[in-house]
Amino acid sequence: MNNKPQLHVPHPPARPGDKPDFSYVALSPAGAVPRPSPGAKARDIESLAVELVRVLDDGHQARGAWKPDLSPEQLRHGLRIMVLTRIYDDRMLKAQRQGRISFYMKSTGEEAVAVAAGMALEPTDMLFPSYRQQGLYLLREVGTVDMMCQLLSNTHDMCKGRQLPVMYHSAAKRLFSISGNLATQVPQAVGWAMGSSIKGESSLAATWTGEGSSAEADVHYAMVFASSYRAPAIINIVNNQWAISTFQGIAGGESPSFAARALGFGMPGIRVDGNDFLAVYAVTRWAAERARMGLGATVIELVTYRAAAHSTSDDPSRYRPKDEEASWPLGDPIERLKQHLIALGEWSDEKHQALMTECDEHVSKAWEEACSYGTLNDGPRPDPLTMFDDVYHELPEHLRRQRDQLAKEKA
Amino acid sequence: MARMNMIQALNSAIHTLMGSDPSVVVMGEDVGYFGGVFRVTEGLQKRFGDSRVFDTPIAEGGIVAAAIGMAVNGLRPIAEIQFADYVYPAYDQIVSELARIRYRSGGEFTAPVVVRMPCGGGIRGGQTHSQSPEALFAHVCGVKVVMPSNPYDAKGLLIASVEENDPVIFLEPKRLYNGPFDGDPHKPAVTWNTHPKGEVPDGAYRVPLGKAEVVREGSAVTVVAYGTLVHVALAAVTQMGIDAEVIDLRSIMPLDTATIVESVKKTGRCVVAHEATRFAGLGAELSATIQEECFWHLQAPIQRVTGWDTPYPLAFEWEYFPGQKRMMTALKKVLDPDPEVSS
Repeated sequence: MNNKPQLHVPHPPARPGDKPDFSYVALSPAGAVPRPSPGAKARDIESLAVELVRVLDDGHQARGAWKPDLSPEQLRHGLRIMVLTRIYDDRMLKAQRQGRISFYMKSTGEEAVAVAAGMALEPTDMLFPSYRQQGLYLLREVGTVDMMCQLLSNTHDMCKGRQLPVMYHSAAKRLFSISGNLATQVPQAVGWAMGSSIKGESSLAATWTGEGSSAEADVHYAMVFASSYRAPAIINIVNNQWAISTFQGIAGGESPSFAARALGFGMPGIRVDGNDFLAVYAVTRWAAERARMGLGATVIELVTYRAAAHSTSDDPSRYRPKDEEASWPLGDPIERLKQHLIALGEWSDEKHQALMTECDEHVSKAWEEACSYGTLNDGPRPDPLTMFDDVYHELPEHLRRQRDQLAKEKA
Repeated sequence: MARMNMIQALNSAIHTLMGSDPSVVVMGEDVGYFGGVFRVTEGLQKRFGDSRVFDTPIAEGGIVAAAIGMAVNGLRPIAEIQFADYVYPAYDQIVSELARIRYRSGGEFTAPVVVRMPCGGGIRGGQTHSQSPEALFAHVCGVKVVMPSNPYDAKGLLIASVEENDPVIFLEPKRLYNGPFDGDPHKPAVTWNTHPKGEVPDGAYRVPLGKAEVVREGSAVTVVAYGTLVHVALAAVTQMGIDAEVIDLRSIMPLDTATIVESVKKTGRCVVAHEATRFAGLGAELSATIQEECFWHLQAPIQRVTGWDTPYPLAFEWEYFPGQKRMMTALKKVLDPDPEVSS
């Protein structure tokens, strides 16, 4: 026997050709996890970080103390935004495949993570998303055409042709500019929340990062600062199981959960079924209420599954079983909310079909309009001389000279 | 008017700023109750309260990231990095975030943060408490970079920096905190008490970014320097008795190219000087710009006076530091560029 310790490298239970295996995902029955008061002491509610808050059961009924107070109308609105998000994603993937846009990232299977959480917050709350929460933009009505113009880098592009597709922003809708560098937004969100406290305002900041990028030092900084200053912030860790080809165990290590990372900082961590619209809404509400009570930040791990590729540059069949999604134990967020509404007698297959058709038409019409403002391939593009704007508040002398030089090259 | 050293001048600047603008906040390691390891933030927490002046965890990346978030939320944070040598954990937040938020959001979001940091050696700080990383920031588009050489400029530049709508990296040569150090460690320490730039007005005033100062006029050679090397240059040219013009850049980015070019066209000779390492340092940018703009006026190759391309060694800091002797060697070379003589 060799008794020398060997490097332990975690591996996922299933690779291509293997039978999908999600037995590592610890589940709790819907309605089983008690809902503490938002004013509870963090150390008294540590079990929330390892259990799984679920509201919707397999029979599509809402169960337990976490069942949120949402009207059928609000539920239908959430469903509508999730359906719109999925159709938008599908259409934009097609546009990328047709060569109309250079790059795209879908959020398929993770729509509730953005839409339900976003609905639980106030319009004045500031959101610091990563690149896979487009549902927040659609929820806050940034404008499908505006979003598409960003993807097209055309004359109406909010980023003026400077950013990779999907790196949207909207100051008016309080959606912070998305960075291509992962997790940098997490401590920035905490800083924004600290600013809110300094100014004596009640707005909070919510941020999203993946379980993979939660390994960045930035997330550690965010938790230290959030804890020390009791920042009114919500730190969402979207555990969609895959960071490109890297399974969640590489960032997770021996931790009982990603939510449990909060416990060492004395903050509540909640592990929630990220595909359960009602559960995501409920825990976000709880965390927001706690933050507004002055009790500081909550870390929420949203357990979900990245049903699509990481991006249009990625082929998941090379590193995970092809049919893995079908075995995902938490189902699909749209299907589950749809069935819940049907069980409530507030929805039907026909209405759902009509909603999909309506969203499809909306997206097609928006795409047509967006393309009329130009495409990256065929133009018109923004004036290339604008690349020198916004580097600084005012154009410095050396940039003026470089702009003049480019103007001559273009002449 | 009052007599101040650079620490007092910076402290006075922050008092002035915080008194007139409630959005100015101060954050960093040990800056609160204690007033900072170099005392720059002394008395601020007592005067303005702990929600505007507070200690942070030892997490430079977190300090800059939180300052960005606060600035996006309408505040004007002054973040202190205890030593410039500690800034590297924050480099991603500065390079990829702070510098580019305006640009990447098409001008919708801005983060007017000032990141202060003491820099430079000559204080027995060894390789982790002596660095001058200004070139690492000058290379990053979207941030401005400032380094004062005296109390008057320090206060005026800090007030102007906090009022800037762009982020500013504010480097403070710590060997100049208490006096105008001329590069000779064997002489008794000189204070700012008798120096004209130790006269500092009490209220608000601004030294604009992007404006160099000709601190000594002359016609034989131009020395372009900033920070501690301004004083080294002045001492060296005085000792040599040459009619040199000495320029204190004050702002590294934006660079006052016009002042440099005007001077070099007049003198036809130039030495560029900084304490930081030479390879790909600011001196390279200065030399390249000067030869582009003044080539037909130059009568000798431009010389660089810099630290060596090694880490800053504790036991050999005076052999490392670009003092008067290195400065004089370079001056002699440009004044008499005959290779037979100067080799």
